[in-house]
Amino acid sequence: MKTIEQKGMYPEFPRCGKEHARTTHYCPGCGHGIVNKLVAEACAELGLQDRTIFVDPVGCGVFTYYYWDAAHVSAAHGRASAAATGISRARPDAVTIAYQGDGDLGAIGFNNAFQAASRGEKFGCIFINNSLYGMTGGQMAPTTLEGEKTTTTPFGRDPALTGHPLHVCEVFNQLQAPVYIARVSVADTKRIMQCKLAIKRLFEIQRDHKGYAFLEILAPCPTNFGMNPLKAAEFCMREMEKEFPLKTFRDETLVHDEVVQGMPVKPDVIASEYLAVKPVPQFKDCMALFGMPDGTEAPMAEDDPSVPERRFKFAGYGGQGILSLGICVAEAARLEKRHALWFPSYGPEQRGGSANCSVVYSGMPIGSPTVEHPDVLVCMNRPSYDRFVGDVKKGGVVIVDSTVGEVAPPPEGVRLIKVPAIELAEKFGVPKAANTMMLAALRKYKVTGIDDKDLETALVASFKKKPQLVDKNRDLLRRAEATFK
Amino acid sequence: MTKFVKGNEAIVIGALYAGCDLYFGYPITPASEIAHGAAKWFPQLGRTFVQAECETASVNMMFGAAAAGKLCMTATSGPGFSLMQEGLSYLAGAELPAVIVNVNRAGPGLGNVYPEQSDYTPAVKGGGHGNYQTFTLAPASAQEMCDLTIKAFQMAAKWRTPAVVFADGLQGQMMETVKLPDAELPRPDFSDWAAQGEPKTRQNLVKSIFLDAAAQEVFNDHLQRKYENMASDAMAETYLADDADLLIVAFGIASRIARTTAETLRGMGLKAGVFRPITLNPFPRRQLAEAVGRNRSPSAPMKIMTIELDAGQFADDVRLNLAKAGLGAESANVMMIHRMGGQVVSVDETVAAAKKLMGE
Repeated sequence: MKTIEQKGMYPEFPRCGKEHARTTHYCPGCGHGIVNKLVAEACAELGLQDRTIFVDPVGCGVFTYYYWDAAHVSAAHGRASAAATGISRARPDAVTIAYQGDGDLGAIGFNNAFQAASRGEKFGCIFINNSLYGMTGGQMAPTTLEGEKTTTTPFGRDPALTGHPLHVCEVFNQLQAPVYIARVSVADTKRIMQCKLAIKRLFEIQRDHKGYAFLEILAPCPTNFGMNPLKAAEFCMREMEKEFPLKTFRDETLVHDEVVQGMPVKPDVIASEYLAVKPVPQFKDCMALFGMPDGTEAPMAEDDPSVPERRFKFAGYGGQGILSLGICVAEAARLEKRHALWFPSYGPEQRGGSANCSVVYSGMPIGSPTVEHPDVLVCMNRPSYDRFVGDVKKGGVVIVDSTVGEVAPPPEGVRLIKVPAIELAEKFGVPKAANTMMLAALRKYKVTGIDDKDLETALVASFKKKPQLVDKNRDLLRRAEATFK
Repeated sequence: MTKFVKGNEAIVIGALYAGCDLYFGYPITPASEIAHGAAKWFPQLGRTFVQAECETASVNMMFGAAAAGKLCMTATSGPGFSLMQEGLSYLAGAELPAVIVNVNRAGPGLGNVYPEQSDYTPAVKGGGHGNYQTFTLAPASAQEMCDLTIKAFQMAAKWRTPAVVFADGLQGQMMETVKLPDAELPRPDFSDWAAQGEPKTRQNLVKSIFLDAAAQEVFNDHLQRKYENMASDAMAETYLADDADLLIVAFGIASRIARTTAETLRGMGLKAGVFRPITLNPFPRRQLAEAVGRNRSPSAPMKIMTIELDAGQFADDVRLNLAKAGLGAESANVMMIHRMGGQVVSVDETVAAAKKLMGE
């Protein structure tokens, strides 16, 4: 038998499991078969087979990788547009084409397709609308016509119970990013010719990196319509087109094609991407990105069994600088080559006003990070004192802001120090610096076991991003210390 | 070069050094700092950050990017991890390398944002459909959040499998010193199977479908052999275990509590040691058997206690692996101390339980 070479398709389809297969798996009169031929032709005629990556759906189109001679990725049900997003982002020079049906795109994967369109992902999406689910046995799709009988609407689709047909092109046409949106059909020769042009357009837009393109194709499904191919095509033209009119909703590429070939569609928005010669970022820039090195980085910890572990809890209201005070102490310990860790209370409570953090440092690697029994408890408010004071280790220290007023005494063997941190900060005209006042107290009363110099260096480093505040805080630290007894 | 960073940030740093080119993610507490770090650092290095519309989209975007031959990742927590299970099955079914970070929070359902290890089963055994597994690593410090993320990319590429970095909310939020790696890893070449939009990859097909049952079985056999071979990359660590009478088995943040517990018990003159799986899948069965065998007395099974932040899924896995290693007596006597709901086991609790177990 003489075979005719089909452009863009494999000459034989061994991927279907039969070595010399020449027929597709589509039913006679199925729209997919026609569209498969048109897609293959368009891809080949434009010379794009090497560059094209097809994303195959779940549905009757699942086996397009048997036929189209190009690279293929077979996606999960409904996720072809998400997968195409990943592919086109990973390979911006490729021509990425997602092929989806009305269950895949219209139902389970609608949001993925819609959001990809909204982001203006650089791929073309072909959407086959045959008004029902083909592969699973003719069930209702979001695109099923009112009154249409399917296996899950055996008495006809009742809009009162199942809603109205989903107009995907019309919905997508509300989005700003897509550059091309059209609905065509393959129900007769004239329509097939128009469809071929539209598919080519879709490929050209991807070839030229112009943006997101969406093409809905009305397709007959004789098997599930329960009609012969001619009647099915007629249903497609007569009934489906009433609900889903054929139309080019948008083709922004046409206007600009005449101006500059290959230029992006919305020059003001994306031209810079094409015109600017951006330096390729170098990985060594990583260091600068991470804010390094500027000479203030701490060295690696060195094991020293003579340095005992110390555990701190800092607590107060959000905005009192409790968390940064904790980081400052941890950073100071790091400067002394100690193992150190810090962690905050997090979650809803951090937005509810109270905040606390834990700091541990040690000469040896730290096991449990949780501070159940702090050596040092720093409280900026009354609730924190009441909550944590009972946990403090015997021989430990509690430093509280004087605003707590009269409080229950700490457990036996725990030293309580009251410090007017908030009042001092206000007196010095910098109410936000109450935490610096607390740091001054930590230094003055020698409760951290960390050298004064290192605490100051850590404080200075904490203002890395606001260098104008460095001297001010250094000054505040000294002035506060001078007031403490 | 060192940096004092949150565990979540350390993961992003590790990913950059590993050569991860794309990040796809949806924010969720307590993993969001990973997305923040990726959004800030990836584009500045010419890499891609995409905020997906949901976790289902994230994992399928990864499916696409991995199929296109690039290293990619996402990060999430419990509920998002659940949403990704179908995608993980597809990644495994198509043998695609990708890294998924799960910063475990408390569940089930909405739960809360505090640390748990309750996603143990889906994170370690493959939580989606079909006979698949993931390569799963359990960091226990900010340094390991960085280093094991790098390892996850290496293992994902080596075994062509999704790899899971299984952390928890506490580790995600905790700051520790991280020594940055010396250099970026070279990008692996996947052009023999990936769809890259280039002439040489035109005949490549990435799929997980085998319509023929016999072919599907052959593929399943291949996967199972691969998972068996992964055991060669199992990793574990012991601490004070050489002469231990009690072996505390714990992973991730719980292993830090185990460490302090063992130190505290040693301070009381009780010989306790720690066995910590670093890879949860492959489970370091041989290493565990060695740690037990070293101190096993002929008369009585060795005392084993797990510390965990779940309902006992990990303890069951320890029992299973002891039994499979021929240590049935130990398997039958594993004792567990655990907390759930976002509560972290205290050292007071673990020490008390261990003392009781040791007959003190």
